[in-house]
Amino acid sequence: MILRLSPALVDQFAEHGQQAYPQEAAGLLLGVMDGQDRVVEHMLPMPNTFDEAERGRRYQIDPRQMIEAEARAEALGLEIIGVFHTHPDHPPVPSAFDLERALPWLVYLITSIEDGRAVEHRAWRLDEARRAFDEIQLSGLPALEDS
Amino acid sequence: MSSIRVPTPLRPYADGNKEIPVEAKTVGQALNQLTEKYPSLQPHLFDDSGELRAYVNLFLNDEDVRHLQGTATPLGNSDRLTIVPSIAGGSA
Repeated sequence: MILRLSPALVDQFAEHGQQAYPQEAAGLLLGVMDGQDRVVEHMLPMPNTFDEAERGRRYQIDPRQMIEAEARAEALGLEIIGVFHTHPDHPPVPSAFDLERALPWLVYLITSIEDGRAVEHRAWRLDEARRAFDEIQLSGLPALEDS
Repeated sequence: MSSIRVPTPLRPYADGNKEIPVEAKTVGQALNQLTEKYPSLQPHLFDDSGELRAYVNLFLNDEDVRHLQGTATPLGNSDRLTIVPSIAGGSA
């Protein structure tokens, strides 16, 4: 599986993450399936509703806002195919808490923000045994990496 | 007949279905019917001790069942139970 992004979307992820820094930013990836690949067509920024004191290392998307987001995705003819979040001053690698709270099937795109600047993106998916994440190949990143 | 709406990430474990009809008197019975019909949903809805996973929220029509009677909440004929994932995580 490959997660396909456009450079413009990657810029949106970076911007959203940089604005939220030093807190974690969150969002939903709306898109379509293309064979085994997933194509992100829209990023829906979502408020981080985790307890404010913990938002530097945790994020949460409100369930009621998830209901609205799913309706919005359907209206656009898209699906929620993944989740975006940032790791401020941490590598874009899933934590134990990410593993504990992960849903199957969804792709988790994590962006590392260091000193307020987006520096690396990696994507992951929970394995079927729910024991670990498998890394997923990304395409569409050069614009951010060159910026 | 009431129904259960399944969120996108769990639909692959329910043969791709979005809305599943159930004949149940409570939320708990409806969930049992769902996992009996689609056993591969079980590990994604419940942990090893049989408790609902932390990310599973259940809304009866527009009301969070935690504010009603939890899994003992009665289900009416035209009620819709929606499984809503609570998306969360973080760097540490």
